[in-house]
Amino acid sequence: MITFEHVTKMYGDNVGLEDVSIDIDEGDFVFLVGPSGAGKSTFIKLILKEIDADSGRITVGDYEVTSLSNREIPQLRRRIGIVFQDFRLLAKKTVFENVAFAMEILHKKKRVIRRRVPQVLELVGIEDMADRYPQELSAGEQQRVAIARAIINNPRVLIADEPTGNLDPITADGIMNLLDEINSNGTTVVMVTHAKDIVDKMNKRVVAIEDGHVVRDEFGQYGFHETNSSDENEGVFDDD
Amino acid sequence: MMISRLLYNIRQALSQIGRNKGMTVASLFAITAMMLILSLFFSISVNVNLFTEMVKQDYDSVEVFLKDDATEEQVNSLTASFKEMNDVASVTYRTKDQAMQIMRERWGESGYLLDSLGSNPLPNSILVKVNSLKAANAVSKFANTQKNAGVESTTYYKETVDKLTRITKYLQVAILVIMLFLVVVSVVVVSNTIKLTVFARAREISIEKYIGATNWFIRGPFLIEGILIGLIASLISAVISYGIYRNVVSLIGQKVMTLLSSPLVPANYLIGNLIIIFMAMGVGIGACGSIISMRKFLDA
Repeated sequence: MITFEHVTKMYGDNVGLEDVSIDIDEGDFVFLVGPSGAGKSTFIKLILKEIDADSGRITVGDYEVTSLSNREIPQLRRRIGIVFQDFRLLAKKTVFENVAFAMEILHKKKRVIRRRVPQVLELVGIEDMADRYPQELSAGEQQRVAIARAIINNPRVLIADEPTGNLDPITADGIMNLLDEINSNGTTVVMVTHAKDIVDKMNKRVVAIEDGHVVRDEFGQYGFHETNSSDENEGVFDDD
Repeated sequence: MMISRLLYNIRQALSQIGRNKGMTVASLFAITAMMLILSLFFSISVNVNLFTEMVKQDYDSVEVFLKDDATEEQVNSLTASFKEMNDVASVTYRTKDQAMQIMRERWGESGYLLDSLGSNPLPNSILVKVNSLKAANAVSKFANTQKNAGVESTTYYKETVDKLTRITKYLQVAILVIMLFLVVVSVVVVSNTIKLTVFARAREISIEKYIGATNWFIRGPFLIEGILIGLIASLISAVISYGIYRNVVSLIGQKVMTLLSSPLVPANYLIGNLIIIFMAMGVGIGACGSIISMRKFLDA
Protein backbone atom coordinates (compact mmCIF):
# COMPACT_ATOMS: atom_id res chain seq x y z
CA MET A 1 0.00 0.00 0.00
CA ILE A 2 2.79 2.38 0.94
CA THR A 3 6.30 1.70 -0.24
CA PHE A 4 9.53 3.61 0.22
CA GLU A 5 12.44 2.43 -1.92
CA HIS A 6 15.80 3.87 -0.95
CA VAL A 7 14.32 7.24 -0.18
CA THR A 8 16.64 10.04 0.82
CA LYS A 9 15.68 13.53 1.86
CA MET A 10 18.22 16.06 3.05
CA TYR A 11 17.62 19.48 4.53
CA GLY A 12 20.80 21.20 3.54
CA ASP A 13 23.42 19.22 5.46
CA ASN A 14 20.91 17.71 7.85
CA VAL A 15 19.52 14.27 7.25
CA GLY A 16 15.75 13.98 7.02
CA LEU A 17 15.66 10.40 5.83
CA GLU A 18 18.55 8.47 4.35
CA ASP A 19 18.17 5.45 2.12
CA VAL A 20 14.95 4.38 3.78
CA SER A 21 13.01 1.40 2.44
CA ILE A 22 9.68 0.48 4.00
CA ASP A 23 6.83 -1.64 2.74
CA ILE A 24 3.44 -1.23 4.36
CA ASP A 25 0.82 -3.69 3.15
CA GLU A 26 -2.82 -3.01 2.64
CA GLY A 27 -4.70 -3.41 5.91
CA ASP A 28 -1.62 -2.96 8.08
CA PHE A 29 -1.63 -0.99 11.30
CA VAL A 30 1.78 0.55 11.69
CA PHE A 31 3.22 2.71 14.46
CA LEU A 32 5.95 5.08 13.41
CA VAL A 33 8.03 5.86 16.47
CA GLY A 34 11.26 7.59 17.28
CA PRO A 35 12.72 10.59 19.04
CA SER A 36 12.05 14.15 17.98
CA GLY A 37 13.76 15.07 14.75
CA ALA A 38 14.30 11.41 13.84
CA GLY A 39 12.54 11.73 10.53
CA LYS A 40 8.93 10.78 11.32
CA SER A 41 7.65 14.13 10.13
CA THR A 42 9.68 13.86 6.97
CA PHE A 43 8.16 10.45 6.38
CA ILE A 44 4.62 11.80 6.49
CA LYS A 45 5.40 14.94 4.52
CA LEU A 46 6.85 12.75 1.80
CA ILE A 47 3.75 10.54 1.67
CA LEU A 48 1.55 13.64 1.24
CA LYS A 49 4.04 15.13 -1.19
CA GLU A 50 4.31 18.22 0.90
CA ILE A 51 8.02 17.91 0.24
CA ASP A 52 9.86 16.06 -2.51
CA ALA A 53 12.38 13.29 -1.97
CA ASP A 54 15.91 13.90 -3.21
CA SER A 55 16.16 10.36 -4.45
CA GLY A 56 14.31 7.04 -4.25
CA ARG A 57 10.77 6.05 -5.05
CA ILE A 58 7.57 6.37 -3.03
CA THR A 59 4.21 4.85 -3.91
CA VAL A 60 0.86 5.13 -2.17
CA GLY A 61 -1.72 2.77 -3.59
CA ASP A 62 -1.75 3.34 -7.34
CA TYR A 63 0.04 6.64 -7.02
CA GLU A 64 3.72 6.98 -7.65
CA VAL A 65 4.15 9.91 -5.33
CA THR A 66 7.67 10.75 -6.37
CA SER A 67 6.65 11.41 -9.96
CA LEU A 68 3.35 13.13 -9.25
CA SER A 69 2.85 16.61 -10.64
CA ASN A 70 1.69 19.42 -8.40
CA ARG A 71 -1.69 19.34 -10.09
CA GLU A 72 -2.21 15.73 -9.04
CA ILE A 73 -1.43 16.29 -5.37
CA PRO A 74 -5.08 16.95 -4.42
CA GLN A 75 -6.05 13.63 -6.04
CA LEU A 76 -3.46 11.85 -3.91
CA ARG A 77 -4.54 13.56 -0.69
CA ARG A 78 -8.18 12.72 -1.25
CA ARG A 79 -7.26 9.07 -1.08
CA ILE A 80 -5.39 9.50 2.16
CA GLY A 81 -7.25 10.31 5.37
CA ILE A 82 -5.26 12.56 7.66
CA VAL A 83 -5.65 13.15 11.36
CA PHE A 84 -3.51 15.72 13.16
CA GLN A 85 -2.42 16.16 16.73
CA ASP A 86 -4.15 19.56 16.83
CA PHE A 87 -7.30 18.32 15.01
CA ARG A 88 -7.24 21.09 12.37
CA LEU A 89 -10.95 21.57 12.19
CA LEU A 90 -12.51 24.55 10.44
CA ALA A 91 -13.60 26.75 13.34
CA LYS A 92 -16.35 28.54 11.45
CA LYS A 93 -18.06 25.38 10.34
CA THR A 94 -20.19 23.05 12.42
CA VAL A 95 -19.20 19.47 13.04
CA PHE A 96 -21.49 18.42 10.22
CA GLU A 97 -20.04 21.01 7.84
CA ASN A 98 -16.48 20.08 8.76
CA VAL A 99 -17.05 16.48 7.85
CA ALA A 100 -19.19 17.37 4.84
CA PHE A 101 -16.41 19.58 3.53
CA ALA A 102 -14.29 16.57 2.61
CA MET A 103 -17.17 15.40 0.42
CA GLU A 104 -17.82 18.84 -1.06
CA ILE A 105 -14.25 18.83 -2.31
CA LEU A 106 -15.17 15.79 -4.35
CA HIS A 107 -18.29 17.61 -5.60
CA LYS A 108 -20.57 15.03 -4.05
CA LYS A 109 -24.28 15.73 -4.26
CA LYS A 110 -25.93 17.38 -1.28
CA ARG A 111 -28.33 14.50 -0.93
CA VAL A 112 -25.48 12.01 -0.71
CA ILE A 113 -23.66 14.19 1.81
CA ARG A 114 -26.73 14.51 4.01
CA ARG A 115 -27.10 10.76 4.13
CA ARG A 116 -23.45 9.85 4.54
CA VAL A 117 -22.24 12.34 7.17
CA PRO A 118 -24.57 11.19 9.99
CA GLN A 119 -23.54 7.60 9.36
CA VAL A 120 -19.90 8.43 9.86
CA LEU A 121 -20.59 10.67 12.85
CA GLU A 122 -22.37 7.73 14.40
CA LEU A 123 -19.46 5.46 13.58
CA VAL A 124 -17.07 7.71 15.52
CA GLY A 125 -19.61 8.19 18.29
CA ILE A 126 -20.55 11.88 18.04
CA GLU A 127 -23.81 11.63 16.14
CA ASP A 128 -25.61 14.07 18.46
CA MET A 129 -23.03 16.85 18.03
CA ALA A 130 -23.56 17.54 14.34
CA ASP A 131 -24.74 21.13 14.81
CA ARG A 132 -22.14 22.18 17.36
CA TYR A 133 -18.96 24.09 16.57
CA PRO A 134 -15.54 22.51 17.18
CA GLN A 135 -14.60 24.89 19.98
CA GLU A 136 -17.68 23.74 21.91
CA LEU A 137 -16.40 20.18 21.99
CA SER A 138 -13.88 18.43 24.21
CA ALA A 139 -10.49 17.54 22.75
CA GLY A 140 -11.47 13.90 22.36
CA GLU A 141 -14.67 14.83 20.60
CA GLN A 142 -12.81 17.17 18.27
CA GLN A 143 -10.41 14.40 17.36
CA ARG A 144 -13.40 12.20 16.57
CA VAL A 145 -14.67 14.88 14.21
CA ALA A 146 -11.26 14.94 12.56
CA ILE A 147 -11.31 11.17 12.21
CA ALA A 148 -14.81 11.29 10.75
CA ARG A 149 -13.59 13.82 8.20
CA ALA A 150 -10.56 11.67 7.41
CA ILE A 151 -12.53 8.50 6.73
CA ILE A 152 -15.69 9.88 5.14
CA ASN A 153 -14.47 9.29 1.60
CA ASN A 154 -13.36 5.75 2.44
CA PRO A 155 -9.64 6.29 1.99
CA ARG A 156 -7.50 3.19 1.81
CA VAL A 157 -4.90 4.82 4.00
CA LEU A 158 -5.36 6.75 7.22
CA ILE A 159 -2.40 8.73 8.47
CA ALA A 160 -2.55 9.83 12.08
CA ASP A 161 0.08 12.27 13.26
CA GLU A 162 0.23 12.09 17.07
CA PRO A 163 -3.55 11.77 17.23
CA THR A 164 -3.48 11.23 20.99
CA GLY A 165 -0.84 13.86 21.69
CA ASN A 166 -3.32 16.36 23.13
CA LEU A 167 -5.57 13.85 24.89
CA ASP A 168 -5.71 12.39 28.36
CA PRO A 169 -5.06 8.63 28.63
CA ILE A 170 -8.70 7.57 28.85
CA THR A 171 -9.77 9.69 25.89
CA ALA A 172 -6.70 8.48 24.03
CA ASP A 173 -7.80 4.89 24.59
CA GLY A 174 -11.14 5.69 23.01
CA ILE A 175 -9.45 7.16 19.95
CA MET A 176 -7.15 4.15 19.67
CA ASN A 177 -10.13 1.81 19.77
CA LEU A 178 -11.70 3.83 17.00
CA LEU A 179 -8.54 3.68 14.86
CA ASP A 180 -8.31 -0.04 15.51
CA GLU A 181 -11.90 -0.46 14.38
CA ILE A 182 -11.26 1.55 11.23
CA ASN A 183 -8.22 -0.62 10.57
CA SER A 184 -10.20 -3.81 11.07
CA ASN A 185 -12.53 -2.63 8.31
CA GLY A 186 -9.60 -2.82 5.92
CA THR A 187 -8.12 0.67 6.04
CA THR A 188 -4.36 0.85 6.30
CA VAL A 189 -3.43 2.96 9.33
CA VAL A 190 -0.09 4.66 9.84
CA MET A 191 0.21 6.37 13.19
CA VAL A 192 3.08 8.56 14.30
CA THR A 193 3.38 8.61 18.07
CA HIS A 194 5.50 9.09 21.15
CA ALA A 195 3.08 7.31 23.44
CA LYS A 196 4.90 4.23 24.68
CA ASP A 197 2.01 2.88 26.68
CA ILE A 198 -0.32 3.02 23.70
CA VAL A 199 2.14 1.30 21.39
CA ASP A 200 2.85 -1.37 23.93
CA LYS A 201 -0.81 -2.01 24.61
CA MET A 202 -1.83 -2.25 20.93
CA ASN A 203 0.84 -4.78 20.00
CA LYS A 204 1.08 -3.79 16.32
CA ARG A 205 3.88 -3.43 13.81
CA VAL A 206 6.34 -0.79 15.00
CA VAL A 207 8.72 1.02 12.67
CA ALA A 208 11.34 2.91 14.65
CA ILE A 209 13.20 5.77 13.02
CA GLU A 210 16.30 7.40 14.39
CA ASP A 211 18.55 9.94 12.72
CA GLY A 212 16.86 9.38 9.40
CA HIS A 213 17.25 5.62 9.36
CA VAL A 214 14.87 2.79 10.11
CA VAL A 215 16.49 1.20 13.12
CA ARG A 216 13.85 -1.41 13.85
CA ASP A 217 10.77 -2.83 12.14
CA GLU A 218 8.93 -5.52 14.09
CA PHE A 219 5.72 -6.35 15.85
CA GLY A 220 5.35 -5.51 19.49
CA GLN A 221 6.82 -2.91 21.71
CA TYR A 222 7.71 0.76 21.54
CA GLY A 223 11.35 0.00 22.23
CA PHE A 224 12.64 3.49 22.97
CA HIS A 225 12.79 5.07 26.34
CA GLU A 226 9.69 7.15 26.39
CA THR A 227 10.39 10.74 25.53
CA ASN A 228 8.24 13.52 26.81
CA SER A 229 5.72 14.05 24.05
CA SER A 230 5.65 17.78 24.74
CA ASP A 231 9.17 17.89 23.27
CA GLU A 232 7.67 17.64 19.87
CA ASN A 233 5.13 20.36 19.82
CA GLU A 234 5.87 21.31 16.30
CA GLY A 235 3.24 19.59 14.20
CA VAL A 236 4.23 17.72 11.12
CA PHE A 237 2.49 20.19 8.90
CA ASP A 238 3.60 23.48 10.30
CA ASP A 239 4.75 25.82 7.62
CA ASP A 240 8.42 26.61 7.40
CA MET B 1 -23.47 19.94 -11.32
CA MET B 2 -21.87 23.08 -12.69
CA ILE B 3 -24.67 25.18 -11.30
CA SER B 4 -24.46 23.66 -7.85
CA ARG B 5 -20.71 24.30 -7.85
CA LEU B 6 -21.30 27.89 -8.87
CA LEU B 7 -23.91 28.31 -6.16
CA TYR B 8 -21.52 26.81 -3.63
CA ASN B 9 -18.86 29.34 -4.61
CA ILE B 10 -21.29 32.23 -4.51
CA ARG B 11 -22.51 31.24 -1.04
CA GLN B 12 -18.93 31.03 0.19
CA ALA B 13 -18.07 34.35 -1.44
CA LEU B 14 -21.03 36.09 0.14
CA SER B 15 -20.12 34.84 3.58
CA GLN B 16 -16.55 36.03 3.03
CA ILE B 17 -17.79 39.44 2.01
CA GLY B 18 -19.99 39.45 5.10
CA ARG B 19 -17.02 38.72 7.33
CA ASN B 20 -14.98 41.43 5.72
CA LYS B 21 -17.52 44.19 5.17
CA GLY B 22 -15.23 47.14 5.85
CA MET B 23 -12.66 46.26 3.26
CA THR B 24 -15.29 45.24 0.74
CA VAL B 25 -16.96 48.62 1.05
CA ALA B 26 -13.60 50.35 0.80
CA SER B 27 -12.69 48.61 -2.41
CA LEU B 28 -16.19 49.15 -3.77
CA PHE B 29 -15.68 52.88 -3.25
CA ALA B 30 -12.25 52.82 -4.80
CA ILE B 31 -13.36 51.00 -7.93
CA THR B 32 -16.51 53.10 -8.24
CA ALA B 33 -14.44 56.28 -7.99
CA MET B 34 -12.06 55.03 -10.64
CA MET B 35 -14.92 54.07 -12.94
CA LEU B 36 -16.54 57.47 -12.51
CA ILE B 37 -13.33 59.16 -13.56
CA LEU B 38 -13.22 56.75 -16.43
CA SER B 39 -16.75 57.58 -17.48
CA LEU B 40 -15.89 61.28 -17.43
CA PHE B 41 -13.06 60.68 -19.88
CA PHE B 42 -15.13 58.26 -21.84
CA SER B 43 -17.98 60.70 -22.37
CA ILE B 44 -15.59 63.49 -23.30
CA SER B 45 -13.87 61.20 -25.77
CA VAL B 46 -17.11 60.02 -27.34
CA ASN B 47 -18.38 63.56 -27.75
CA VAL B 48 -15.17 64.91 -29.19
CA ASN B 49 -15.26 62.03 -31.62
CA LEU B 50 -18.76 62.82 -32.67
CA PHE B 51 -17.93 66.48 -33.04
CA THR B 52 -14.92 65.70 -35.18
CA GLU B 53 -16.96 63.43 -37.40
CA MET B 54 -19.63 66.08 -37.81
CA VAL B 55 -17.08 68.73 -38.65
CA LYS B 56 -15.30 66.41 -41.05
CA GLN B 57 -18.51 65.73 -42.92
CA ASP B 58 -18.97 69.44 -43.54
CA TYR B 59 -15.55 70.75 -43.95
CA ASP B 60 -13.87 68.28 -46.21
CA SER B 61 -15.35 70.63 -48.69
CA VAL B 62 -15.22 74.17 -49.89
CA GLU B 63 -18.53 75.90 -49.94
CA VAL B 64 -18.77 78.60 -52.57
CA PHE B 65 -21.63 80.97 -51.76
CA LEU B 66 -23.33 82.57 -54.69
CA LYS B 67 -24.82 85.98 -55.11
CA ASP B 68 -28.59 85.98 -55.23
CA ASP B 69 -28.45 87.43 -58.69
CA ALA B 70 -26.10 84.82 -60.13
CA THR B 71 -27.46 83.46 -63.39
CA GLU B 72 -27.90 79.82 -64.23
CA GLU B 73 -25.26 80.21 -66.88
CA GLN B 74 -22.76 81.51 -64.36
CA VAL B 75 -23.56 78.62 -62.02
CA ASN B 76 -23.08 76.07 -64.76
CA SER B 77 -19.83 77.59 -65.84
CA LEU B 78 -18.50 77.64 -62.27
CA THR B 79 -19.56 74.04 -61.71
CA ALA B 80 -17.81 72.94 -64.88
CA SER B 81 -14.62 74.75 -63.87
CA PHE B 82 -14.57 73.16 -60.44
CA LYS B 83 -15.12 69.72 -61.90
CA GLU B 84 -12.06 70.10 -64.10
CA MET B 85 -9.75 70.83 -61.19
CA ASN B 86 -7.40 68.25 -59.66
CA ASP B 87 -8.41 66.32 -56.53
CA VAL B 88 -11.99 67.44 -56.60
CA ALA B 89 -14.25 64.63 -55.54
CA SER B 90 -17.62 66.08 -56.31
CA VAL B 91 -19.40 69.31 -57.10
CA THR B 92 -22.95 69.85 -55.90
CA TYR B 93 -25.26 72.78 -56.40
CA ARG B 94 -27.23 73.52 -53.25
CA THR B 95 -30.20 75.84 -53.29
CA LYS B 96 -31.00 78.10 -50.38
CA ASP B 97 -33.99 75.88 -49.60
CA GLN B 98 -31.81 72.78 -49.41
CA ALA B 99 -29.38 74.65 -47.20
CA MET B 100 -32.23 75.59 -44.87
CA GLN B 101 -33.45 71.99 -44.81
CA ILE B 102 -29.98 70.74 -43.81
CA MET B 103 -29.69 73.33 -41.09
CA ARG B 104 -33.09 72.41 -39.78
CA GLU B 105 -32.12 68.74 -39.61
CA ARG B 106 -28.94 69.49 -37.81
CA TRP B 107 -30.58 71.66 -35.24
CA GLY B 108 -32.98 68.85 -34.58
CA GLU B 109 -35.28 69.73 -31.70
CA SER B 110 -34.18 73.34 -31.84
CA GLY B 111 -35.23 73.52 -35.50
CA TYR B 112 -38.38 75.46 -34.63
CA LEU B 113 -36.16 78.44 -33.89
CA LEU B 114 -35.60 78.78 -37.63
CA ASP B 115 -39.31 79.27 -38.21
CA SER B 116 -39.15 82.77 -36.81
CA LEU B 117 -36.76 83.86 -39.51
CA GLY B 118 -39.47 84.59 -42.05
CA SER B 119 -37.60 84.73 -45.35
CA ASN B 120 -34.65 82.38 -45.90
CA PRO B 121 -31.40 84.31 -45.35
CA LEU B 122 -29.19 81.52 -46.62
CA PRO B 123 -27.54 81.91 -50.03
CA ASN B 124 -27.44 79.39 -52.87
CA SER B 125 -24.10 77.66 -52.97
CA ILE B 126 -21.87 75.22 -54.77
CA LEU B 127 -20.41 72.53 -52.54
CA VAL B 128 -17.03 71.32 -53.76
CA LYS B 129 -15.77 68.19 -52.02
CA VAL B 130 -12.00 67.99 -52.12
CA ASN B 131 -9.49 65.26 -51.41
CA SER B 132 -6.60 67.44 -50.32
CA LEU B 133 -5.74 70.68 -48.68
CA LYS B 134 -4.02 71.73 -51.89
CA ALA B 135 -7.18 71.27 -53.92
CA ALA B 136 -9.16 73.19 -51.31
CA ASN B 137 -6.72 76.08 -51.65
CA ALA B 138 -6.95 75.98 -55.40
CA VAL B 139 -10.74 75.89 -55.40
CA SER B 140 -10.97 78.71 -52.93
CA LYS B 141 -8.44 80.84 -54.80
CA PHE B 142 -10.16 80.30 -58.11
CA ALA B 143 -13.59 81.03 -56.65
CA ASN B 144 -12.36 84.31 -55.22
CA THR B 145 -11.30 85.45 -58.70
CA GLN B 146 -14.86 84.90 -59.89
CA LYS B 147 -16.53 87.61 -57.80
CA ASN B 148 -17.85 89.12 -61.03
CA ALA B 149 -19.21 85.80 -62.17
CA GLY B 150 -21.70 85.30 -59.36
CA VAL B 151 -19.46 84.28 -56.39
CA GLU B 152 -20.19 85.99 -53.11
CA SER B 153 -17.63 84.34 -50.85
CA THR B 154 -16.03 80.97 -49.96
CA THR B 155 -15.39 79.07 -46.80
CA TYR B 156 -13.23 76.10 -46.13
CA TYR B 157 -11.86 74.66 -42.92
CA LYS B 158 -9.71 71.78 -44.01
CA GLU B 159 -6.79 72.99 -41.98
CA THR B 160 -8.95 73.29 -38.90
CA VAL B 161 -10.36 69.83 -39.48
CA ASP B 162 -6.90 68.33 -39.79
CA LYS B 163 -5.85 69.97 -36.57
CA LEU B 164 -8.99 68.80 -34.84
CA THR B 165 -8.45 65.25 -36.05
CA ARG B 166 -4.92 65.28 -34.68
CA ILE B 167 -6.09 66.59 -31.32
CA THR B 168 -8.75 63.90 -31.17
CA LYS B 169 -6.14 61.25 -31.76
CA TYR B 170 -3.90 62.59 -28.99
CA LEU B 171 -6.87 62.80 -26.70
CA GLN B 172 -7.79 59.20 -27.36
CA VAL B 173 -4.28 57.96 -26.65
CA ALA B 174 -4.16 60.03 -23.46
CA ILE B 175 -7.48 58.64 -22.31
CA LEU B 176 -6.34 55.12 -23.06
CA VAL B 177 -3.23 55.61 -20.94
CA ILE B 178 -5.26 57.05 -18.09
CA MET B 179 -7.71 54.17 -18.31
CA LEU B 180 -4.84 51.71 -18.15
CA PHE B 181 -3.48 53.31 -15.00
CA LEU B 182 -6.88 53.32 -13.39
CA VAL B 183 -7.41 49.67 -14.22
CA VAL B 184 -4.06 48.70 -12.73
CA VAL B 185 -4.83 50.68 -9.58
CA SER B 186 -8.20 48.94 -9.30
CA VAL B 187 -6.67 45.51 -9.67
CA VAL B 188 -4.22 46.33 -6.88
CA VAL B 189 -7.03 47.58 -4.65
CA VAL B 190 -9.15 44.48 -5.18
CA SER B 191 -6.23 42.13 -4.76
CA ASN B 192 -5.32 43.78 -1.46
CA THR B 193 -8.87 43.49 -0.22
CA ILE B 194 -8.95 39.84 -1.05
CA LYS B 195 -5.50 39.28 0.35
CA LEU B 196 -6.87 40.32 3.73
CA THR B 197 -9.54 37.64 3.51
CA VAL B 198 -6.95 35.16 2.39
CA PHE B 199 -4.69 35.95 5.34
CA ALA B 200 -7.63 35.75 7.71
CA ARG B 201 -8.38 32.33 6.29
CA ALA B 202 -4.79 31.14 5.92
CA ARG B 203 -5.18 28.32 8.41
CA GLU B 204 -8.48 27.20 6.96
CA ILE B 205 -7.01 27.15 3.49
CA SER B 206 -4.02 25.08 4.55
CA ILE B 207 -6.38 22.59 6.20
CA GLU B 208 -8.47 22.47 3.05
CA LYS B 209 -5.39 21.70 1.02
CA TYR B 210 -4.45 18.80 3.30
CA ILE B 211 -7.87 17.31 2.84
CA GLY B 212 -7.29 17.41 -0.89
CA ALA B 213 -8.99 20.58 -2.09
CA THR B 214 -7.66 21.70 -5.45
CA ASN B 215 -6.34 25.21 -5.89
CA TRP B 216 -9.37 26.05 -7.99
CA PHE B 217 -11.72 24.78 -5.32
CA ILE B 218 -10.09 27.12 -2.82
CA ARG B 219 -9.80 29.93 -5.31
CA GLY B 220 -13.42 29.70 -6.44
CA PRO B 221 -15.06 31.70 -3.64
CA PHE B 222 -12.34 34.36 -3.78
CA LEU B 223 -12.72 34.63 -7.52
CA ILE B 224 -16.46 35.12 -7.14
CA GLU B 225 -15.84 37.60 -4.33
CA GLY B 226 -13.62 39.68 -6.61
CA ILE B 227 -16.05 39.45 -9.50
CA LEU B 228 -18.98 40.44 -7.27
CA ILE B 229 -17.11 43.48 -5.98
CA GLY B 230 -16.23 44.45 -9.53
CA LEU B 231 -19.76 43.93 -10.81
CA ILE B 232 -21.42 45.86 -8.00
CA ALA B 233 -18.96 48.73 -8.44
CA SER B 234 -19.65 48.78 -12.17
CA LEU B 235 -23.41 48.93 -11.65
CA ILE B 236 -23.12 51.73 -9.08
CA SER B 237 -20.85 53.72 -11.37
CA ALA B 238 -23.09 53.15 -14.37
CA VAL B 239 -26.12 54.48 -12.50
CA ILE B 240 -24.25 57.52 -11.20
CA SER B 241 -22.66 58.25 -14.57
CA TYR B 242 -26.02 57.98 -16.29
CA GLY B 243 -27.65 60.38 -13.86
CA ILE B 244 -24.90 62.95 -14.15
CA TYR B 245 -24.54 62.70 -17.90
CA ARG B 246 -28.26 63.00 -18.51
CA ASN B 247 -28.32 66.18 -16.46
CA VAL B 248 -25.35 67.56 -18.32
CA VAL B 249 -27.01 66.87 -21.65
CA SER B 250 -30.26 68.52 -20.65
CA LEU B 251 -28.39 71.48 -19.15
CA ILE B 252 -25.89 72.32 -21.87
CA GLY B 253 -26.97 70.15 -24.78
CA GLN B 254 -28.82 73.07 -26.41
CA LYS B 255 -25.95 75.47 -25.95
CA VAL B 256 -23.43 73.04 -27.38
CA MET B 257 -25.77 72.52 -30.33
CA THR B 258 -26.08 76.21 -31.01
CA LEU B 259 -22.42 77.00 -30.44
CA LEU B 260 -20.79 74.10 -32.23
CA SER B 261 -23.72 72.95 -34.37
CA SER B 262 -22.98 69.42 -33.14
CA PRO B 263 -25.22 67.52 -30.73
CA LEU B 264 -24.05 65.71 -27.56
CA VAL B 265 -24.18 61.93 -27.63
CA PRO B 266 -27.54 60.98 -26.12
CA ALA B 267 -27.40 59.66 -22.54
CA ASN B 268 -29.15 56.41 -23.41
CA TYR B 269 -26.70 55.60 -26.16
CA LEU B 270 -23.72 56.46 -23.99
CA ILE B 271 -24.88 54.42 -21.02
CA GLY B 272 -25.63 51.40 -23.18
CA ASN B 273 -21.96 51.25 -24.12
CA LEU B 274 -20.65 52.37 -20.79
CA ILE B 275 -22.44 49.69 -18.79
CA ILE B 276 -21.03 46.93 -20.98
CA ILE B 277 -17.53 48.39 -20.69
CA PHE B 278 -17.90 48.82 -16.94
CA MET B 279 -19.18 45.32 -16.35
CA ALA B 280 -16.49 43.75 -18.47
CA MET B 281 -13.90 45.79 -16.60
CA GLY B 282 -15.47 45.03 -13.24
CA VAL B 283 -15.38 41.29 -13.87
CA GLY B 284 -11.86 41.52 -15.25
CA ILE B 285 -10.55 43.64 -12.41
CA GLY B 286 -12.20 41.43 -9.80
CA ALA B 287 -10.97 38.20 -11.32
CA CYS B 288 -7.42 39.46 -11.87
CA GLY B 289 -7.32 40.97 -8.40
CA SER B 290 -8.32 37.76 -6.71
CA ILE B 291 -6.08 35.53 -8.76
CA ILE B 292 -3.10 37.81 -8.17
CA SER B 293 -3.78 37.99 -4.45
CA MET B 294 -3.81 34.20 -4.15
CA ARG B 295 -1.01 33.34 -6.52
CA LYS B 296 1.84 33.30 -4.03
CA PHE B 297 -0.33 31.84 -1.37
CA LEU B 298 -1.45 28.78 -3.28
CA ASP B 299 1.95 28.03 -4.77
CA ALA B 300 3.48 27.72 -1.35
